[in-house]
Amino acid sequence: MSGPRPDVVVLDYGSGNLRSAERALARVGAEVTVTADLDAARAADGLVVPGVGAFAACMAGVDAVGGGEVVRERLAAGRPVLGICVGMQILYQLGDEHGVRTEGLGVLEGSVRRLTAPVLPHMGWNVVTPPPESVLFEGIDAETRFYFVHSYAAAARAGDTVAEHGEAFAAAVERGPLAATQFHPEKSGDAGAHVLRNWLRTLS
Amino acid sequence: MTVAVRVIPCLDVDGGRVVKGVNFTDLRDAGDPVEMARLYDAEGADELTFLDITASSGNRETTYDIVRRTAEQVFIPLTVGGGVRSVDDVDRLLRAGADKVGINTAAVARPELVRECALRFGSQCIVLSVDARRSREPGGPAFEVTTHGGRQGTGIDAVAWAARAVELGAGEILLNSMDADGTQDGYDLEMITSVRAAVNVPVIASGGAGSLDHFAPAVGAGADAVLAASVFHFGRMRISEVKKVLRDAAIAVR
Repeated sequence: MSGPRPDVVVLDYGSGNLRSAERALARVGAEVTVTADLDAARAADGLVVPGVGAFAACMAGVDAVGGGEVVRERLAAGRPVLGICVGMQILYQLGDEHGVRTEGLGVLEGSVRRLTAPVLPHMGWNVVTPPPESVLFEGIDAETRFYFVHSYAAAARAGDTVAEHGEAFAAAVERGPLAATQFHPEKSGDAGAHVLRNWLRTLS
Repeated sequence: MTVAVRVIPCLDVDGGRVVKGVNFTDLRDAGDPVEMARLYDAEGADELTFLDITASSGNRETTYDIVRRTAEQVFIPLTVGGGVRSVDDVDRLLRAGADKVGINTAAVARPELVRECALRFGSQCIVLSVDARRSREPGGPAFEVTTHGGRQGTGIDAVAWAARAVELGAGEILLNSMDADGTQDGYDLEMITSVRAAVNVPVIASGGAGSLDHFAPAVGAGADAVLAASVFHFGRMRISEVKKVLRDAAIAVR
């Protein structure tokens, strides 16, 4: 169980750059383990599912280590999970990338598709609009920017945090034990650290 | 609301040390790329670029170590380029903690390298670095790709090459004007406009920044990000000053 430093597992399924997620979480006070060990992923106070690259590749990676099952089990038991970037996208029912349709974990309703914008990827620092009840963005003012790098996204549903690039999309989702960000909090400097700190406060 | 224009300082790194003179008095070791990275992060840089100019491949380990140490301490995106020749090179840099990798000469020699890297790692982390100059051949393309740090012309149309690389999977273009580089006379706006019109991925303008009023025109010409090296290293201008002139020109910045 959690001591003063919450235990966080960053799921290692072969996705790139887990180190930055690990360091950013450690910086805000988590005891971080990067592992594919499912028992550790079950036992941790919080589970982070990172992800960069293609939807299909990430989904295959998560499947290969049995990560999907653990995510579902944790959510069913009300235990926190945080998806980041493609780690958020694969939580939806479907990904449609380069005409390749890949089934996601389906713990979020909806699908992930290519944004309509003059310049893609959406690369850089953008503002977000969280709902008033958001925990992730508590204490963060409206001008604060977060680092995005993606061409695909899910449509925002009621209660989601919204960002805009060509069109509006889900920048973050908070559904009970499930949290997810389309941006990279681990690459968003102090603003990202603030979001991660807010997430850690939900672990216990 | 819209995505902010990025201001990116570029550090030339040779054998693990920052080259080009640096005169920040508040640094213990201005030659240490990690310390420089921290300083630029604190000053509000939106992203950092390391250009590895280490000649000897035997000293490349030092670069990986620098990238590793930087990624552990600096929580903004890091692009590393210079001497990247293979999928394995990209893999090693990403594993060390780079978020994006710049490919230049090796892609000119073998464009398929762009596709191979994009397929393996995703377009979002593959930056095509183009060193271009105004063509010197009558009847040649307006802008020509150069290699070997601008010393060698290739006759390849830089605008067409950028477009081709995007088709192959490059997720961003780092457009460096070799004519403007080092002159501090301003970015090559025509070159930016031409490449912007040919690709739909972000374009980083590089080469020629010498005064604060050079930045907004580059954005006006279509740049999504502005990169500079010596003007920041020599302390001639601060990141915050660049942000301010952009903001004054009604351009969104962080």
